[in-house]
Amino acid sequence: MKRFFTSNRDLTQRLGFSLLTLMTLLTVIPIIGVVIYILVQGAPAISWEFITGFPRSGMRAGGILPAIIGTFYLTLGTAIFSVPLGVAAAVYLSEYAPENRLTRLIRLAIINLAGIPSVVYGLFGLGLFVLFLKFGTSVLSASLTLSIMTLPVIISTAEEALRAVPQSFRTVSISLGATRWQTIRRIVLPQALPGILTGVILGLERAAGETAPILFTGAAFFLPRLPNSPFDATMALPYHLFVISTQVPEMPIQIQYGTALVLLTFVLGMNLIATYVRSRARAKRQW
Amino acid sequence: MNKIAIEDLNLQYADGTESLNGINLEVPANAITVLFGPAGGGKSSLLRCINRLNDLAEVKKMTGRILLDGGNILDQKTDVIALRRKVGMVFARPVVLPMSIRQNLTYGLELAGEKHKSRLDEAVERSLKQAALWEEVHDRLDEAAIALSGGQQQRLCLARVLALRPEVILLDEPTSGLDPISTGKVEASLQELKKNYTVILVPHSVQQAARTADHAAFFLQGKLVEYAPGTEIFTNPQDQRTEDYVTGRFG
Repeated sequence: MKRFFTSNRDLTQRLGFSLLTLMTLLTVIPIIGVVIYILVQGAPAISWEFITGFPRSGMRAGGILPAIIGTFYLTLGTAIFSVPLGVAAAVYLSEYAPENRLTRLIRLAIINLAGIPSVVYGLFGLGLFVLFLKFGTSVLSASLTLSIMTLPVIISTAEEALRAVPQSFRTVSISLGATRWQTIRRIVLPQALPGILTGVILGLERAAGETAPILFTGAAFFLPRLPNSPFDATMALPYHLFVISTQVPEMPIQIQYGTALVLLTFVLGMNLIATYVRSRARAKRQW
Repeated sequence: MNKIAIEDLNLQYADGTESLNGINLEVPANAITVLFGPAGGGKSSLLRCINRLNDLAEVKKMTGRILLDGGNILDQKTDVIALRRKVGMVFARPVVLPMSIRQNLTYGLELAGEKHKSRLDEAVERSLKQAALWEEVHDRLDEAAIALSGGQQQRLCLARVLALRPEVILLDEPTSGLDPISTGKVEASLQELKKNYTVILVPHSVQQAARTADHAAFFLQGKLVEYAPGTEIFTNPQDQRTEDYVTGRFG
């Protein structure tokens, strides 16, 4: 018996498990490392003035309010365009679309859309929204560009959430004299809502943190005021971070890390909301 | 009097599973008609034709007629929504909708445009009593339906159909997942219901078929082998295959 437990096989097994545990820990370390590093470096910069003030002395002092508000506007604008479009597309693909060549093509397009580098979206937005449609370098152009980038995430997660709703609910609803649309509106969508919401938040979170798509379409290098219409350009946290880290000489380092910390908080905050929505829905789910 | 007349019905699914060949069957009103036979014989498919639930499946070929009160329900012009309210269905696995007991019962009525609370309340009480569930749930109608036991859920599904005041009730192995006591309750409800409704039941066993059938149709591989009053088909079957199945030689 004793020999069995100290056998070679047992040793290999324990070694294997240890290795896997170690690898898993290794993947977590960078995440924790980044958060702690940014927190420690950026915390001294955080003050009431930093959050609510306008930049002064060539952005080397003062606050980053225009960038915070700008990122908020861009995220909101992205949501306004991408959520209705994305959810509608997901409903179509999951509930109505027949399995044919056209829908396969649409799916393929969506998957490939997700793989396009974000700077290419930026260039596309510049061509279509800024120049061709003459929206100019504006919150509108940037939001639309970010929307296109966010769509694949929203469509695929929303479609997944819709498909996860048991088919039997649909059959029963139809058998009780509901139309397809009534079934979707009253049964399927409410049940899929938490999943859809999670996808939406994750998509918007990505949009909020992107620099390249807004670089040519709506982000201002320096704009010491808030945008006063959708056709106005705006400062934004990720681009501002890029600017003060590379383009401004003699930049106090804590302002850079402070900006990074605010951006990180914004994005991780959205992530936390998504996690909360998901876990609450799971607890309440009736299937 | 015949409520439903099925005339020369042929059905083939696109994926090649189950099919119906030349089915002719007359279903009398105010009686329990049982469709029985081994799995894959086409019983469920036939049920799903009668309320046009087959519209959801990929049907390759469908010919023939199903007359409900003389009108062909397979006709293109049939109002399928109205048909499904008239021909209710209870499925093998109880599927309660993710809402309260009361909402499960009023769901179909509200879609049909019923807004009066008093009439909805009346339908809830009536249907629960008809399905022998009222005593057990009347004080917790607003709780989630999923909290009910399996047997209660299935009776709720029956009540949900009854709330719509249908004329025909289709039941596809409604007691296959239930314990004997719940099964007994459902069967007792059916005996009561046949006084006012046309009931078509696919039973989950030959024993249940024999217990409940006023008329019984034996299905084998998509064909109707024999159709006779229940008292005859289980005691004195005319076809050898029916006899073999009823006496348990196969199936």
